[in-house]
Amino acid sequence: MPDFLFEIGLEEIPARMIAGAQAELTRRVVELLRHERLLAGAPTIRSFATPRRLAVLVADVAELQDDLSEEVLGPSVKVAYRNGAPTPAAVAFARKNGVEVDALATVSTAKGDYLAARRIKSGKLASELLAAEIPQLLAQISWPKQMYWRPGRPERFVRPVRWMLGLLGSTTVPIEFGGFVAGNVTYGHRVLAGNAPLLIEAPAAYEPALLAGFVVAEVEVRRQRIRKALDRVCRTIPGARWREDHELIESVTQLTEWPSVLLGGFEPEFLELPDEVLVTVMRDHQKYFAVEDAEGKLLPHFLAVLNTESDAGGEAIIRHGNERVLRARFSDARFFWQFDQRIPLVGREALLEHVTFQRDLGSYAQKSARVRVVAAALAAKCAGVVDQAAVDQASRLLKTDLTTELVKEFTELQGIIGGLYARAQGVGELAAAAIYDQYRPASMEDRIPRTAEGQIVGLADRADTVAGMFGLGMEPTGSKDPFALRRAANGVIKILAEGSVALSLPEIAETAAEGHFELIGRMLAFFRERLEFYLREVKGQSYDVIAAVLAAGANDVRDASARAEAVSSVRNAEEGGDFVALSAAFKRMRNILEQARDKGLVIPDVVHPTLLLEPEETALAERSADLATQVEALRSHRDYVAALRAIATLRTQVDAFFDAVMVMVPEGAVRANRLALIARVLADFSRIADFSEIVVAGS
Amino acid sequence: MAKNGNANQALTFQELLFRLQRFWAERGCVLQQPYDVEVGAGTMSPDTFLRVLGPKPVRIAYAQPSRRPADGRYGENPNRLFRHTQLQVILKPPPVRIQEMYLESLEAIGIDLRQHDIKFEEDNWEWPVGGAWGVGWQVMLDGLEITQFTYFQQCGGMDLDPISGEITYGLERIAAFLQDVDSIYDIVWTVEPDTGREITYGEMRLPEEQQFSAYSFDYADVPKLWEHLRLYEEECLALLDGAKTMHLDEPAASRTEALTRKRFPVLGAYELALKCSHLFNLLDARGAISVTERVGVMARIRALVVGVAGVYAAQMTATRTDASNAEIEEGSAVVHA
Repeated sequence: MPDFLFEIGLEEIPARMIAGAQAELTRRVVELLRHERLLAGAPTIRSFATPRRLAVLVADVAELQDDLSEEVLGPSVKVAYRNGAPTPAAVAFARKNGVEVDALATVSTAKGDYLAARRIKSGKLASELLAAEIPQLLAQISWPKQMYWRPGRPERFVRPVRWMLGLLGSTTVPIEFGGFVAGNVTYGHRVLAGNAPLLIEAPAAYEPALLAGFVVAEVEVRRQRIRKALDRVCRTIPGARWREDHELIESVTQLTEWPSVLLGGFEPEFLELPDEVLVTVMRDHQKYFAVEDAEGKLLPHFLAVLNTESDAGGEAIIRHGNERVLRARFSDARFFWQFDQRIPLVGREALLEHVTFQRDLGSYAQKSARVRVVAAALAAKCAGVVDQAAVDQASRLLKTDLTTELVKEFTELQGIIGGLYARAQGVGELAAAAIYDQYRPASMEDRIPRTAEGQIVGLADRADTVAGMFGLGMEPTGSKDPFALRRAANGVIKILAEGSVALSLPEIAETAAEGHFELIGRMLAFFRERLEFYLREVKGQSYDVIAAVLAAGANDVRDASARAEAVSSVRNAEEGGDFVALSAAFKRMRNILEQARDKGLVIPDVVHPTLLLEPEETALAERSADLATQVEALRSHRDYVAALRAIATLRTQVDAFFDAVMVMVPEGAVRANRLALIARVLADFSRIADFSEIVVAGS
Repeated sequence: MAKNGNANQALTFQELLFRLQRFWAERGCVLQQPYDVEVGAGTMSPDTFLRVLGPKPVRIAYAQPSRRPADGRYGENPNRLFRHTQLQVILKPPPVRIQEMYLESLEAIGIDLRQHDIKFEEDNWEWPVGGAWGVGWQVMLDGLEITQFTYFQQCGGMDLDPISGEITYGLERIAAFLQDVDSIYDIVWTVEPDTGREITYGEMRLPEEQQFSAYSFDYADVPKLWEHLRLYEEECLALLDGAKTMHLDEPAASRTEALTRKRFPVLGAYELALKCSHLFNLLDARGAISVTERVGVMARIRALVVGVAGVYAAQMTATRTDASNAEIEEGSAVVHA
């Protein structure tokens, strides 16, 4: 069977979108082939992508669909024959299906016997099907941002289409899209191969033909080529290595068709600038790899990944150009670095009055003043473990770097630059580190501030932002979160969960909201939602475990996280069976109690031993009372796993109780006592997690 | 020191402009002169901002001095200017070979692409004040951004059909690259033919950079700037109101009415809006706009710019309809005669 190859040639696709589109195109083409019964078994699939093309090659595709034999039901036998002779209905049905009446079969269905015709649906040509379906498939590919390019706006795509290649074996498949009909040619590297078309005679010839046209079509091959070239070029400098950077590797892989690596250098005096600034310029602005020595110290070199291959003369020209650009950027940075030192951070507090934080919340000077108060209050609650003076100094200088030229130039380095300036200007190390770390964690994957002081300041800054925005009624809704409040609250949760300061969510909300009761309530609900998110997305806890744990308390983030971990670990351990069974029993208890309350029954606080009639209820009452003391001791030491294991042992008595004892009996006193018993059991053992929230398989 | 390969016979600044203009003129572009009202970018000239609206094909190229008061550095920074020069090319609709044409234009200014590394990196353009955006690339030559290449999608808040391809060359950057100089001020603007003396960019423009930086940062009278802004805004708004009462988008009842509409100064209103935009930039450079006010003032200017675009589109449509009506009238007049 022939191979099928499809390539769409485009003007340069944004690097960040290539991988997703490649995967989606491949998936959709294979689905189409499978849906059209053109694939047998597990197909061999290859896919290719460069900035100028996406392509899929599927081996062994049927040229023709198999014929499909289908049975068509006709009139019922009752209607089809009268007195043994076919009626007009039978004749018409036979004619419609191109057979004689004699050739019709009779099939039995639930509704009775019917006439049936066997019809052969002849298979279509694969090339026709593909030509008809692939245009729609292309239109369905999702892009983060699309454009129109042709008059009349007939289609949208990521960038204008420039050619298409469609081959089934050696036959062209005339797929039409974007004003082009697929043919049997492709194009090589823009500059190295020129504009001459490359004729592709069969799908297998595609990859070698492109290689000859200076295009490495397979992404992984390109990635490895770049990595090897980086290593090779780096080896020319003794002891040097390039700074590993996964994201940058991906980006340059998707920016090149024929990659090569160039070593450039810069004047060693630029190394006086902080690493953060040098690396940001090289990496973010120029897409260069930084070069370091064995100790990780930057060397005055960089590696640029080119999309060309040139002789020594050309390489010297390209190196010269790249070095020139980098020198200009470093010179600018050095100018700003020196210029900013004229006014130290302590002299910049007043300048913050001119930088607005938010229209209704005032300037950054006002924000800093609020953060300072909140931070001081939080630091006072952690008096033993934080340096309160350092917290105060950090919160005063926290935002002052917003007035520096270097931050205006490199906004992505805000905070970091403040920390660097603070250190250079002799502000204490603790305060400098707190300023440096203030925007961390930037995401759930990022690390939190390194010091307790940094954590306090980070909490205060975020809590103030959330309180301020919530005070204005600017809560995030749906996908709208223009002030990134979710990220701010996520930061609060992550710092509390992983940091060293013991503060509760209510303490933070109350401090930031200055005691506004209603605002505190809204903030806590928001924090709780972010805590659920954290437990689910970062800690990988299941929905029911999260619900169970938070029902037993959601104020202490670290504690909730520890309880969730304990619940999950016990549930998955040997005791898991008992534990899950117990959860089912607890759910039953809760339902019984709810029904009782709905009926207006009073549930007493005390269990009377004299009213315990059956041995099973006595056993449950006694065992659970003993166990409650034991569990409470373990719980107070936060030994949640041991506490949960102990609780799981109660299964025996609980099961026996439900097997033998009926709660809702007619005698009021006995019933009330039994209700009191299960209410006590539920209350005593739901302090780590509300087990009735645990989802039991099959329920 | 390694040179960039052609520094010895590199183009002067003015030859660079000649070559690019000739290149695009030969490809069907009308060469327009720079617009004579302050703009921050070639895109803001009516030759781009208004001509990309509507269905009429356009091929136009022009150099546009572009003022960005906040970017001034008193002539002391070798890479930054208060006023730089863009070469702006608009192709509506964009030809299929637009990228190849662009690359050929680089060859035309002496860049042998086989000796360089060229990349098209995603860079989408947006001018919120003009309700305008497009997708495209920054073109990187040996790590230097030399061109912004954009497919306009919306302008004045309106979907464009056909869309326009926009190529914006940064002339100072390209000249410094070609001539291999580290400071823009060392760019050779031209060479005196009889003496061979080089006239530099600095000689031509340094005082302007020094004085306009000082004006923008230190001297501009803030209350007066606000007052100018208010006056230009008022007049622009009055014109937009006037346009509304003329119902530009409905058919004209008479030739006189058609003519009055054709003469209605939408272009004048656009200049007034541009004045406001420039005054905003000056106030911004002067540090006179707090972030609080910023959003509000930008919204005011956006209302002007987008308002003008809407009126311009309506006037164009009306003019087209009237023109076809007029032909019919004239045609029937002949029959009656």
